Amino acid sequence: MATESSYYVPEQSRLPIFATIGIFLMAFGAATWINGGSSYIFFAGSLAMATVLWFWFAAVIKENMQGLNSDQLKRSYVWGMGWFIFSEVMFFAAFFGALYYIRTFTLPWLGGEGDRGSSNMLWEGFQNTWPLMVTPEQAVSGDAAKVVGPKGIIDPWHLPLINTVLLLASSVTVHIAHVYLKKGNRKGFNWWLTATVALGGAFLFFQVEEYLEAYQHLGLTLESGIYGTTFFMLTGFHGMHVTLGTIMLLIMLLRSVIANHFKPDDHFGFEAASWYWHFVDVVWVGLFIFVYVLGA
Amino acid sequence: MAHGPKPGFTRWLYTTNHKDIGSMYLWFSFAMFLLGGCMALVIRAELFQPGLQIVQPGFFNQMTTMHGLIMVFGAVMPAFVGLANWMVPMMIGAPDMALPRMNNWSFWILPFAFAMLVSTLFMEGGAPDFGWTFYAPLSTEYAPPSVTFFIFAVHIMGASSIMGAINIVATILNMRAPGMTLMKMPLFVWTWLITAYLLIAVMPVLAGVVTMMLMDIHFGTSFFSAAGGGDPVLFQHVFWFFGHPEVYIMILPAFGIVSAIIPTFARKPLFGYSSMVYATASIAFLSFIVWAHHMFTVGMPIAGELFFMYATMLIAVPTGVKVFNWVTTMFRGSMTFETPMLFSIAFVILFTIGGFSGLMLAIAPADFQYHDTYFVVAHFHYVLVPGAIFSITAGVYYWLPKWTGNMYNESMGKVHFWLAFVGLNVTFFPMHFVGLAGMPRRIPDYALQFADFNQIASVGAFLFGAAQILFLFNVIRTVRGGKKATDEVWENPEGLEWSVPSPAPYHTFSTPPVVR
Repeated sequence: MATESSYYVPEQSRLPIFATIGIFLMAFGAATWINGGSSYIFFAGSLAMATVLWFWFAAVIKENMQGLNSDQLKRSYVWGMGWFIFSEVMFFAAFFGALYYIRTFTLPWLGGEGDRGSSNMLWEGFQNTWPLMVTPEQAVSGDAAKVVGPKGIIDPWHLPLINTVLLLASSVTVHIAHVYLKKGNRKGFNWWLTATVALGGAFLFFQVEEYLEAYQHLGLTLESGIYGTTFFMLTGFHGMHVTLGTIMLLIMLLRSVIANHFKPDDHFGFEAASWYWHFVDVVWVGLFIFVYVLGA
Repeated sequence: MAHGPKPGFTRWLYTTNHKDIGSMYLWFSFAMFLLGGCMALVIRAELFQPGLQIVQPGFFNQMTTMHGLIMVFGAVMPAFVGLANWMVPMMIGAPDMALPRMNNWSFWILPFAFAMLVSTLFMEGGAPDFGWTFYAPLSTEYAPPSVTFFIFAVHIMGASSIMGAINIVATILNMRAPGMTLMKMPLFVWTWLITAYLLIAVMPVLAGVVTMMLMDIHFGTSFFSAAGGGDPVLFQHVFWFFGHPEVYIMILPAFGIVSAIIPTFARKPLFGYSSMVYATASIAFLSFIVWAHHMFTVGMPIAGELFFMYATMLIAVPTGVKVFNWVTTMFRGSMTFETPMLFSIAFVILFTIGGFSGLMLAIAPADFQYHDTYFVVAHFHYVLVPGAIFSITAGVYYWLPKWTGNMYNESMGKVHFWLAFVGLNVTFFPMHFVGLAGMPRRIPDYALQFADFNQIASVGAFLFGAAQILFLFNVIRTVRGGKKATDEVWENPEGLEWSVPSPAPYHTFSTPPVVR
């Protein structure tokens, strides 16, 4: 029943306006920085944002411990997290869609195939291959080209395979942690969550290795034509999400170890983080198939 | 816990109250409406005569771009969110929005985002000048430096929209009073539920496309550059995958408002409630598979042209169902013509005209003639001005007595309606003719034969603009006083919002009503 006594409507709050200032400074600062200005505004904004989020989450946790959050209110958080993850799915969909369009339509047409193959006249000699090692500009201008394709690409069956195993395993460990939590076994929860965070960290370590290899040895960069573009944008945004997810799970771990916040029947903070983690894992499976395996 | 608002200015900064936040959204949107309107008047003043009189072509392009961006993201969308904030909790018997602090955050991001967007007018190289659809490579390789600020402004507006939409979904799905089943919800609530779903689905795609632009401009990627194997047409596909659902985001809540108003003043229940719900859902579904009708002339395979042509034409079916239902609701009703009803009837007629010109544009071979002409401008202004703007205005007149406790001045409202109605048609109807005759959009100068119709359109635009001052005056007067409104306000209107006192107390439905 949606009574005010059972549905907690917070009094006035200073958090949102400070969050607004934080996000505004981040956006304005990022634009200033990228346009060649100073980076201070961006970092000030990030610091402000992180601080506000800290206090905001602290406030929500405190309200819950005071018993202000009814089951109905908790359902609002559940809906909120669910739809947030859906919005993230659509963000990745835009980039997967771009990859699909480039491979299915753009490159064959540039290479002279199909209804629109006449665009090949602009890029004479261009051959459609994937991975795209020779860009259209290279096909026309040779060594004078500014956008040069990569010399090599990442082999899916080495680092990416290891990362697939790591991330899939981490989805299992976070689930086991959840099972322990529901049984009230805090120690088991802590250990399995530690394992999950460690797997996330290991994934990120190998991802950095892979990027170093690409940049230093393979000439595979953001600037190396559409292959490098789609490769780094898809895996890069995924990596940022893994980073965020690992931080979220780490905070959940600390909340459990230090403050014993979670109860067997009341731990949505952890559940939300684990949903996010499963989502990041699913995106990786998509990346492994469509970017790495089918891209090699 | 019956208490009123906190005193002082900080009430507005710190508030978690859906009514406060709704009011802020509505005032912000009206301010943006006037700002975007002034830009439209700059455009119309320049187009009053052929040749260059008032502004330089570069600045003219900045005006068309900023007018579009401000009206879409600053005026129409926030106005609907403002109405949702005010009305959805009252319509479903909820004490407030589901996530009140995030609600405040969603609002306050907007003034900051628009300050950032508008500040680009004063930057070196000027504001974005590539049209509100910001096609690459015009918006990447050939863009002014301020494009970076535009991109980040879009990012935080998008964050605001997504949070606002999540809040509305959580409110509708989780906060309904006992007995308020989904199929008993007022249509405004239904249309907003579906709109919120569209927002959550496509705003991230907009974030994706501006991110691709940012990377192409500053970090050397090749998304939209054929030299590296990318494709400028890719931009259009991703943009319109966002863009087409976006135009329904700007019209579905309007359907909900009109479906509330027409039954009240026809004194008959809405005809075909459930078909309205299914029609709205069908339109939302179709909005995801018609995007390429915006780009028929870009060079698509014939199969693509045909698919998008037929899919687009299908939209006329659920839309026709809606128009039929509104007309049938009025049929043999005891109609009276108060201001909200006038705006709603004008909505039904003029939106239908805009829908028909949309059907013409959907015919791919004919679109090759219409594409990028003033016919397109006439079409989307006919759906947006009498569609979105008229319905918002109707909604404001309809619920204003509930919000303020006072009746607005009816004669002034009617004068506002007739001035706006005449002004709108004088502005946009001639654009059909110049468009069919071949006048391209987004140009500061034009061939002599278009002069007469352009002069008429410009006169109409200033009339339409002036009418809005009357609206502002009427609203301010009503907020400050006037004849007291009864709790029901109108004769036997349907909906929980009419069961609370006028003005609606600061907190409504602290105890949920029981819906039979």
